[in-house]
Amino acid sequence: MVIDWLPSILIVVLLALGVIGALRRISLWRAGQPEKVNLIAGLMAMPGRYLNDLHHVVERDKYMSRTHVATAGGFVLSMVLVIAVYVFHVEQKIVAWLLLGALVLMLCGAFFVFKRRLNPPSRLSKGPWMRLPKSLITFALTFIVLTLPVAGVLPEGFGGVLLTLILSVGVIIGLGELIFGMGWGGPMKHAFAGALHLAFHRRPERFGGGRSTGLKPAPLGDESHGVAKPSDFKWNQLLGFDACVQCGKCEAMCPAFAAGQPLNPKKLIQDMVVGLAGGTDAKYAGSPYPGKEVGHAKGGANNIITAGLIEADTLWSCTTCRACVEECPMMIEHVDAIVDMRRFLTMEKGDTPNKGSEVLENIIATDNPNGYAPGSRTNWAADQNLPVIKEKKQADVLFWVSDGAFDMRSQRILRSFVKLMKAANVDVAILGDEERDSGDVARRLGDDATFQSLAKRNLATLSQYSFKKIVTTDPHAYHCLRNEYADFDTEGALKGVEVLHHTTFLNQLVQAGALKLDTFKGGKVTYHDPCYLGRYNGEYEAPRDLLRSLGIEVAEMERSRFRSRCCGGGGGAPITDIPGERRIADMRMEDVTATGAELVAVGCQQCTAMLEGVVEPRPEVKDIAEILAGQLIEEVH
Amino acid sequence: MQPNVVSLVSIGRHPQSGRARRAEQDGRGVELGLKLAGEKLSVLHVGNPEEPVLRQYVGMGLPAMTVLKQDETADAVPALSDYLQQEKIDIVLTGVRSESGESSGMVPYLLAEKLGWPVVARVADIVSIKDGVAEVLLALPRGQRRSVTVKLPFIASVDNAAAPARQSAFGPGQRARMESVNTHGEVDQIRVNWQEAPAKPRPKRLKTVKAKTAADRFKAATAKPQGGSGKVMKNESAAEKAKAIFDLLIEENVIR
Repeated sequence: MVIDWLPSILIVVLLALGVIGALRRISLWRAGQPEKVNLIAGLMAMPGRYLNDLHHVVERDKYMSRTHVATAGGFVLSMVLVIAVYVFHVEQKIVAWLLLGALVLMLCGAFFVFKRRLNPPSRLSKGPWMRLPKSLITFALTFIVLTLPVAGVLPEGFGGVLLTLILSVGVIIGLGELIFGMGWGGPMKHAFAGALHLAFHRRPERFGGGRSTGLKPAPLGDESHGVAKPSDFKWNQLLGFDACVQCGKCEAMCPAFAAGQPLNPKKLIQDMVVGLAGGTDAKYAGSPYPGKEVGHAKGGANNIITAGLIEADTLWSCTTCRACVEECPMMIEHVDAIVDMRRFLTMEKGDTPNKGSEVLENIIATDNPNGYAPGSRTNWAADQNLPVIKEKKQADVLFWVSDGAFDMRSQRILRSFVKLMKAANVDVAILGDEERDSGDVARRLGDDATFQSLAKRNLATLSQYSFKKIVTTDPHAYHCLRNEYADFDTEGALKGVEVLHHTTFLNQLVQAGALKLDTFKGGKVTYHDPCYLGRYNGEYEAPRDLLRSLGIEVAEMERSRFRSRCCGGGGGAPITDIPGERRIADMRMEDVTATGAELVAVGCQQCTAMLEGVVEPRPEVKDIAEILAGQLIEEVH
Repeated sequence: MQPNVVSLVSIGRHPQSGRARRAEQDGRGVELGLKLAGEKLSVLHVGNPEEPVLRQYVGMGLPAMTVLKQDETADAVPALSDYLQQEKIDIVLTGVRSESGESSGMVPYLLAEKLGWPVVARVADIVSIKDGVAEVLLALPRGQRRSVTVKLPFIASVDNAAAPARQSAFGPGQRARMESVNTHGEVDQIRVNWQEAPAKPRPKRLKTVKAKTAADRFKAATAKPQGGSGKVMKNESAAEKAKAIFDLLIEENVIR
């Protein structure tokens, strides 16, 4: 009878077409550069990564996580059973009932997807994504009706040829979207690419609660440096771009987007997809880069990205704050991609905008971004009586001063920290004039050659001395030392050394009772999480503990901890200074003001500089070390 | 027709760190050369072809540069003049002041003397080259320019007023070819006897301002000096003109 074979044939045909599309898609990713992954282990780990890590991120939006579990779980289960029932003709009633159950679950989920799409927030992409809930509902309803006779609810042959034809159309629409569309670049591509992306992620350390934030070293001395064309990305980076669901969570968090600078992380990833598949962005149905019209970008796997696909300003707008990466439910690595492309612009084109080239030249010639005499690096400590490790050879704590040494505002933070360490009788030493810039700015500006040179020279210096801890007041230097120097540490200069941010270290001192502190009697205080301390290194508690030890109840900003908004000072953004409609620091100060705080505590000299750059009247800005030093009860001998 | 331009480059010295770097004015010379001749610009250095700083010059977008290989104690000028005489060259660009060793400074003058070419000092820009004549803008104090025309070939020293050197890119710099030419220079006896010391700022002549009001003081601080003590000599004989210059040099303690 007709009803027996038409849906089955359709299912097989659409499945086959879907597989062909998927293979074609895989061949697109394979245009990328080779990168070793463990295929078997990755695939084995994939379901766990999906159910655990990815779900944790989605779970931040309860509505969506439940909707997705119902829809996706229902779909996967019903698809398996559909194949069992309609392709392999498993005729047990129990299987049919199971299938019905799965379909109903999926239908419920699809209903909520539909509901949300009635009045979607601006961050969501429209276009084909608006069609998706309807296709999901069509799929579920079609197979429910189709399965009722199999389950014995309706008689065999119910509805005759007409119903069979209607159902066949339903099968085509439903499976067309869900299976065919999966392989051929429809919205459902995210399920297929996303699953493989989870399996072959470039930073597998991120799964299972881990953290991996250090940039990967750029190989030097090849025919070209950095990523010029989409095919210069690693194949699994291309795969990652394809996993994007265009949910726009990144867009909603991006400080540059909010400031009206020409960057939208979602559009950037979609442009990468245009690049890897070839074509234009005319079909993109989400928010554009602020101030740029959609539809003019053209790209191909072997075309230069900055010649037609993305404007360089877009890449230079990023503050590398990682808010997008933290927010992405697909765990896509936007910052890696942006820095990869910056590397090409800086190391191959010599085209770092605004003050970029001057700063890089200074770093190369003087080991600090402002071109100060390297011999004046320790001038700030002339009255501090700080031992230099060159003379002592060893110390418990090595204080990494960072380039704040040259800046009078940052010197106040340094002095406060020294005061606290002296009060706690810490055996501390500094590198003095032997210290160099950590290379953070050079690396974020795409000059990995200079970063690597600095890292190697700094490590060579460090390897001469013995110390148990490195402590720094600069989260950027902290990040480099802790997460990025290991790639170049052939002599083990940092082996067994604990790298700490000063807030973590001070918290240890306070917990150990080494510091006597008075309670803070000022007004309301809020705390701004620096990106490179929080999202990059996961330190959210120590600064808060310290404030609590002063009796301060932190008035939290709406965007705090992992959702903290960047101050605008990272990634060389103040140097490249891409114009926008607002300043990121102003927006952050609005967040501060909204709490009613009179003082904002900070743990980073860049953040201090950026927030203090906001015009008054505004809350006062102080580093935690400064606040603590102000409350220190000094013993009089 | 594109002119045949050579930019002479040297190993600079960063004023703060004392570290080798792309010399400020030589970089501007390469920038001006790139504007005039594009990738066909020849960049020339006398010394050690292994010197890593040279990569910073070629990193400005040049496929290759030439190094006349010779010892550090050897005189650069004979090697340069021999080499420049072999090639058919229109313009030689150098810096005004040397940052280290025997670069810029006297080099353009000594070369011009050997080659018999004119020297155009303190160039801000070379505007056009037509029928063997170049229109050159000279840099004068306070942003003023003087337009002069010079017949090719000539040697020009590039002032700080010229366009700044573009960013040097690491990749192209590393890949560029270093074409090393062996030369045997004579030992520069004068240089061997040099004593190098950190530069001290030259004492400035004090300007006595006899202003009574703030407005007068402001004017005195900002206004262009009117000169006043100068003399324009047009109709006098050459001997008289020379005497006037000589007297001035004695008066200013340049000659004792």
